[in-house]
Amino acid sequence: MATREVIKFLSNPKIGGKRDKYCRFRKFGIKHIDYKDADFLEQFVNEQGKVLPRRITGNSLKYQRRVSTAIKRARHLALMPYVTDLLK
Amino acid sequence: MRNYEVTFIVDPTLSSDEIKSAAKKYVDTVKGAGKIVHIDEMGLRQLAYPIKRRNTGIYYCVEFEVENGEVIPGLELAMTRDDAILRFLSVRLDKHGVKYNEDKRAGKIGKIVKKKKKEEEPQNKRKGKPRGNSNNNKRKSNDNSSAAKPKAPDTEAKA
Repeated sequence: MATREVIKFLSNPKIGGKRDKYCRFRKFGIKHIDYKDADFLEQFVNEQGKVLPRRITGNSLKYQRRVSTAIKRARHLALMPYVTDLLK
Repeated sequence: MRNYEVTFIVDPTLSSDEIKSAAKKYVDTVKGAGKIVHIDEMGLRQLAYPIKRRNTGIYYCVEFEVENGEVIPGLELAMTRDDAILRFLSVRLDKHGVKYNEDKRAGKIGKIVKKKKKEEEPQNKRKGKPRGNSNNNKRKSNDNSSAAKPKAPDTEAKA
């Protein structure tokens, strides 16, 4: 039986909340996204390794583009998977 | 002057001498054309998916500065033909990329576990580029305090 505790985390808990979204790259002044830092990029993909949309990450268009480029480069170098399950 | 970064994966089943010579070959090619900024030996890593039936690979990352990009096609061609190289990627670095790599080498950008990473990285970056960011921080300082709080109370209330 799925208890309430479990259900709570089946979807991204950020979706339900009304917290303000912001682009962390703009906010903290991060200018360069390293494709070799797979741990960092993992924050922008879902459990299957797909890139999360801006509507969830809150990235600005410019940095969303850079994130997706970095993820694609990391995939090419086998630092991140193209397809998987239970990445996180 | 242009800065490039070439990352490549060497076959781990070769002997250590062969691996070194394979890496050295490309480093020398680059050296002939320009100046090497840094060679990062990332070492043996698990591949996210098998390449040529290998599950691990030895990663090298060479950052260099050349007048123009004429070395790149030759380098890539040689790598494609080389069986010892599983994968490679050459990228041109803009000024932010160069700065990032410098900071990383100076240890300003740390490998931080999960949550902390978000906070550490930006602070270092802020030091480097104080101009544009100070405005940002001021404007969003209110958001910051509320957003920085853990999401625990939020979810609790819902449940």
